[in-house]
Amino acid sequence: MGSATPDGRGLISRRRLLQASGAALTMLHVRPVFATPENLAAAIKRAFGSQRIQPGRVKIDIPQIAENGNVVPISINVESPMSVDDYVKRIHLFSEHNPLPDIVEFDLGPDNGKARVSTRIRLAKSQHVLVVAALNDDTLWSAQALIEVTVSGCG
Amino acid sequence: MANLKVRVPPTAARGQIIEVFALAVHPMESGFRLDNVGKVIPRHIIETFTCTYAGKEVFRAKLHPAITANPYFAFHLVASESAELVFAWRDDKGTTGEERAFLTVT
Repeated sequence: MGSATPDGRGLISRRRLLQASGAALTMLHVRPVFATPENLAAAIKRAFGSQRIQPGRVKIDIPQIAENGNVVPISINVESPMSVDDYVKRIHLFSEHNPLPDIVEFDLGPDNGKARVSTRIRLAKSQHVLVVAALNDDTLWSAQALIEVTVSGCG
Repeated sequence: MANLKVRVPPTAARGQIIEVFALAVHPMESGFRLDNVGKVIPRHIIETFTCTYAGKEVFRAKLHPAITANPYFAFHLVASESAELVFAWRDDKGTTGEERAFLTVT
């Protein structure tokens, strides 16, 4: 932390630091989707247009620390009855820092019974993985997870 | 063909939600790796993976290079009738893989 100045006060006071980190945390919670690098934002736009993406309904199961970025198991679970008139039609996984922002796209429907899919992905470095689920009523839901990658996968 | 392995329960009760697994045998060369003389190894990936149940497509995946070698998928199906499941993939060179399994619904 900031070294003390001659008058005995820290360069950054503890109060300021707490305020700043509090603000940063709030931003993380309020803006989960839109603070993204350009190519990721472009990929999201390509996939879903400029439609509003709301946080929620999507759960990502992924290790917080991936020792090998070449093989990272991931499961996506979307809250949905998967009935004929209320189902998830698409789940799209995006990467923040891989060479390409798209990871994989799944098409689902009421025949699946459960909106849960598992696969294994590559992550080039520590980053967020963003998952967007499109429902049949054309609403978009999302979640993101931060993964610490020890050994890079060649994304 | 041995380039696609699947796991499907042989029987299920009508209406039961079953989990199925598929593992395609494929290098999924990302196109971002270099060989030992510094030349880019060309991309070679599976582009689509599908599953049909009783002739109807029930699952489709569009893959990008960020899917691992030997892609693995697990997903769910409602056991609605005794029928065949056909799993298939196709890569960017036109090579395909296919495996079938029969689900008996009681």
